[in-house]
Amino acid sequence: MMWRSARLIAGKDLRLEWRSRVGMNQVLPFAAVVLVMFAFALNPDSDLLQKATPGLFWVSVLFLALTTVGRTFSIESSEGISDSIRLSGLEPSGFFLGKVISIGVQLLILEVLLGIGVTVLYRASPAEWPLLLSTVGVATVGIAAAGTLYGMVAVSLRVRETILPLLLLPVLTPVLIGSTRAFEAAINETPADGWPWIGLMAVFSFVYVAAGIFGFGALMEDS
Amino acid sequence: MTNSETVAATGPLSTGSSTTRVIGILALIAMGALLLFGLWLSPDDVNQGDAVRILYIHVPSATIAYIGCALTTIGSVLYLWRRSQWWELTAYASAEIAAVFTAITLVTGMLWGRPTWGVYWVWDARLTTTAMLMLLLLGYLALRRLPADYDVRAKRSAIVGLLLFPNVIIVRQSVQWWNTLHQKPTLFANGLGARIEGLMLFTLFIGFIAIGLTFVWLLIHRFRVAYLAEQLEKEDLDRAIADRRAEGIVR
Amino acid sequence: MDPANQPSLPVVHLRGAVALLGRFPALAGVDLDIEARSIAVVRGANGAGKTTLLRTLAGLVPVSGVANVLGVDLVHHRRDVRNRVGFLSSQSGLYDDLTVIDNINFWTRAAGADPADAERAMELLELDGRLRDVRVGRLSTGQKRRTSLACVMARRPELWLLDEPHAGLDQDGRDLVDNLVKDAVAAGATVVMSSHELDRSLALATQVITLGGGTTLLGGDDVA
Repeated sequence: MMWRSARLIAGKDLRLEWRSRVGMNQVLPFAAVVLVMFAFALNPDSDLLQKATPGLFWVSVLFLALTTVGRTFSIESSEGISDSIRLSGLEPSGFFLGKVISIGVQLLILEVLLGIGVTVLYRASPAEWPLLLSTVGVATVGIAAAGTLYGMVAVSLRVRETILPLLLLPVLTPVLIGSTRAFEAAINETPADGWPWIGLMAVFSFVYVAAGIFGFGALMEDS
Repeated sequence: MTNSETVAATGPLSTGSSTTRVIGILALIAMGALLLFGLWLSPDDVNQGDAVRILYIHVPSATIAYIGCALTTIGSVLYLWRRSQWWELTAYASAEIAAVFTAITLVTGMLWGRPTWGVYWVWDARLTTTAMLMLLLLGYLALRRLPADYDVRAKRSAIVGLLLFPNVIIVRQSVQWWNTLHQKPTLFANGLGARIEGLMLFTLFIGFIAIGLTFVWLLIHRFRVAYLAEQLEKEDLDRAIADRRAEGIVR
Repeated sequence: MDPANQPSLPVVHLRGAVALLGRFPALAGVDLDIEARSIAVVRGANGAGKTTLLRTLAGLVPVSGVANVLGVDLVHHRRDVRNRVGFLSSQSGLYDDLTVIDNINFWTRAAGADPADAERAMELLELDGRLRDVRVGRLSTGQKRRTSLACVMARRPELWLLDEPHAGLDQDGRDLVDNLVKDAVAAGATVVMSSHELDRSLALATQVITLGGGTTLLGGDDVA
């Protein structure tokens, strides 16, 4: 039952994104703008930009996550849809998982494209692919789960745009620290330094997925 | 009867009680003792000199901030589980007081850092985690204070509150792995092999007692204020219903 | 859900029902009985509480007092009534960026309804032609209305709650709604709708409820 609801919601969200093309028309160009801005701020001729690449990558991902989460929940709060969702037979925990999957998939696509951008523009040299890919995987799950939970907390609040960053970004600092260090370990080809961070982020993701599954019912009960 | 007379007749005049008076007096005595021992009777530290005296406030404040944070999480869990308003208000009050003590921890940490390290701020594990704790608490408080129906507000905040302490633990772990510059924890490193001894240790314990009592005193008062505020909102309901029904009659 | 089994229990039974939106008592003490297979029309000035009444009956709004819908105690278990009612809101309740067929498929599957019922509803509401693949955002008000109605119909609810169902529809559309309402009642459902279209809805109604100031001014009157 939960998985059925999750599949429906994820499918609907991704289809909606595909049809509305907001991701392609607005979020991607935003990512490109951010990449370029960092280059200007950090002077691409020194090696500062290269050294800072893991951090810049993940900070950009966090900003993109804010946009993605905000957008995903704003469609649910217009046109009386929140009433319809509550009246439908969808399980709250399934709704949560569906959103996590949908946000996760959108973030993964953005991360791949951002990764290409960073490799080309900042002349990064990725290595240790198992570590890199695991980092991307576990960090994305954590960001999507926390984003869905706090996105729902902030939904339909007039001040959503300002409170979501305040709630979500401090919470995501462990993911920022962990993923940046893991990326650095991969680039420096010292993967042993990176794997403990994967463990930490896995714990983080687990905590947030569990919290969402158990707590989402209460959150959806606002009238 | 005018409005203000009605309120005065039904509500208490202050949030004080015999309990808070006792705690308050004990806290004052403990604070007095702390000042006495902290500023005069205890010796300078071999390495840090006079600066060690700030720690008698800094360390207990940090501990109590974490305890307050844990209390917020516990209160949030119990609200979600038992729908107990009492626990929800405790969570809220505790978060606010914890924020105050977190600020004190940060300020005293900076004041201690200047003479000891030469700078006001370093990105070491303890200070950074405390700064993150401040941000997490501010997020919770901002959300809790947004105007909305009590149940809606309480449920949203309780989800954030429930995750507050786990967040602190995860952040703390990640920050500790990331960087360790801070002086090794004096009391809780290697089990209870305390590095400070004698009169200084005693003064530190007085500090814990004084700060702890102050926290409890502030918590009780803040809880009661929040409780009364919610009661006031509920009392308006009957009047609101009467006003609403009158809309239909006036033609 | 055969009403003949429980002749004494009305489908809707409210006594002193108070519904709060935030701190505002949108319903300030409603007394109401609606029997099975009725068509109850709720009228009243703007802001009188018509929409809130419908949302309360759908189990969406916390309510105190006595409130029973389809045998479910709304005060304590309002979530249980939700999958048995069909609510047509004054907003579309549809995703603007998805097509008509996408929306109907999603909402039908979410409710666990039979896809055949959805197809039939689309035929009845004339949505299976060229409108099928049009994005909902591009539809006229009337077309959106029909799409929302199709989503309601596909669920085969025991209680229909319609908020201004005639608004934004042309003459043909309004006739269509009336026929659907009659068919639903004939099949055993009960319909409660709010309306400003007094002439048309009074012709249809078996019961008129007038709301003012969040309370019932004139309750279960049968229409002469």
